Amino acid sequence: MAANPLHTPPPPQDTTIFKAPVDRPSRRVRMNRARRYVWNHAVTALSVLSTIVVIAPLVAILAYLIYKGASSLNLGFFTHIPAPVGEPGGGMANAIVGSGIVLALASLMGIPIGIAAGVYLAEFGRGKLLASAVRFTADVLNGVPSIVMGIAAWVVLVKGRGFSALAGGVALAIMMIPTITRTTEEMLATVPHAIREAAYGLGVPKWRTVLSVTLKTASPGIITGCMLAFARVAGETAPLIFTAFGNQFWSFNLTEPIAALPLQIYVYAISPYDEWHRLAWAGSLVLIVMIMAAVTLVRIYANRGVLKGAS
Amino acid sequence: MGVGIDVENLNAWYGSTHTLQDISLNIPANHATALIGPSGCGKSTFVRCLNRMHETNPIARATGVVKMGDVDIYEDANPVEIRRRVGMVFQRPNPFPTMSIYDNVASGLKLNGFRNRAILDETVERSLRAAALWDEVKDELKKKSGASLSGGQQQRMCIARALAVDPEVLLMDEPASALDPVSTSKIEDLIFELKRQYTIVIVTHNMQQAARVAENTGFFLNGKMVEFDSTHKIFTNPKDKRTEDYITGRFG
Repeated sequence: MAANPLHTPPPPQDTTIFKAPVDRPSRRVRMNRARRYVWNHAVTALSVLSTIVVIAPLVAILAYLIYKGASSLNLGFFTHIPAPVGEPGGGMANAIVGSGIVLALASLMGIPIGIAAGVYLAEFGRGKLLASAVRFTADVLNGVPSIVMGIAAWVVLVKGRGFSALAGGVALAIMMIPTITRTTEEMLATVPHAIREAAYGLGVPKWRTVLSVTLKTASPGIITGCMLAFARVAGETAPLIFTAFGNQFWSFNLTEPIAALPLQIYVYAISPYDEWHRLAWAGSLVLIVMIMAAVTLVRIYANRGVLKGAS
Repeated sequence: MGVGIDVENLNAWYGSTHTLQDISLNIPANHATALIGPSGCGKSTFVRCLNRMHETNPIARATGVVKMGDVDIYEDANPVEIRRRVGMVFQRPNPFPTMSIYDNVASGLKLNGFRNRAILDETVERSLRAAALWDEVKDELKKKSGASLSGGQQQRMCIARALAVDPEVLLMDEPASALDPVSTSKIEDLIFELKRQYTIVIVTHNMQQAARVAENTGFFLNGKMVEFDSTHKIFTNPKDKRTEDYITGRFG
């Protein structure tokens, strides 16, 4: 055994004393490590800080709204219509329902049209002149100030016909469409071509592939786009001033003026009465909470059907 | 049962690139036919012409005669119907990510409007058994997403999905090139089983794989088919010098 030089046992070692590694890294390597350490932590700190900067205004607004508005919230706020000046009580029940009606109308019109246009851009319009025109129009429309949109809606829908809930819904729908169209297009573009080919290879026609495979695969992103558009128009006031107009009483007639939360908040906030100011704060709080609730509900519902391990 | 394919003077283009030039060959029914050749030689384009997938690319074009049995697939039928008769398995597993294993396998039928539950259940089981995947997934068919399986399992699921529409021909475009050796050997065993019932055309970069699974082999080079013969002949006594160079590893 001992004759084999390859099998010489290792020399006995002193295991009681810790020995520092023999090769101390060079100065350059040590500087490099130190620099990376500092940069790594600096950038991490920066991103945490940015997150706080982003979230802080939201938290601040919500806290202030609760502070100002929560005290005016009671059952009457949700069940009564506005009281005449000087009378105590009164609520925004008609405005809450009115907002719901106008937003439902806007979503019913805006979401299908927006998604359909996005599908056209992504699946059928590649390289076509019409598609470029639609894309350009959508981008411009996205930048049109909401007050201009309101005046335009007034000229087309209200002038000569009178203010109506329907006109309000159309104005908001037109504001939703560009956002939804562009997100739908972008989300469809992220669906890998291999997945479409899988469907074509099974003898599935293109229209069916788009409806049941491509759109479904892109649906989480498209739903997010729809929620963003919804949340954006839910608080719009300017287009509604020229279309839905507002109403101090109950109205369920789509061709009549209708109350909406942002309008009611606006009217109360610029009034000279303290009681109305308090109600405006409460209305703002309710509006924000309603938008948050709607977005959260849709998210929960959209995530429910997701399978184990789906990416 | 499978059906043979006669290809005569097939030419294909991508834009102005002439990717396939005058390909003529005879693919016998119920046999496996392998296509080998270096990357970019046109073998993938060739199989994509056999189920008219080639033309899903807007700049692609093909001419020539491809006869499946008595049917000229470019003259007598529409592409969507042809793709139901000619199944395809792609290089990378491409499960539908939003669908369960069951729905993935049933997708060819379901997306074409087929709704009978009992027949769907039976087809899914038969297809997964044929793809040698049934025992691994039978307990989580509807709970688990098809995308959550391992790569090898996904590819066998894609084979099951292609089989579920009951095709006569199965095109496999490098079906094992993204898989590990164990999964690869499972897919090869599967091809052995499947060729009893289907005509199989398999594109492969792996010459041992061609030798193991296919009765006939075609060698493609620069858009032309250099040689087509029995696999044994191609690998032991090729007629063309270029074939010999390729299979002995002198290039490509």
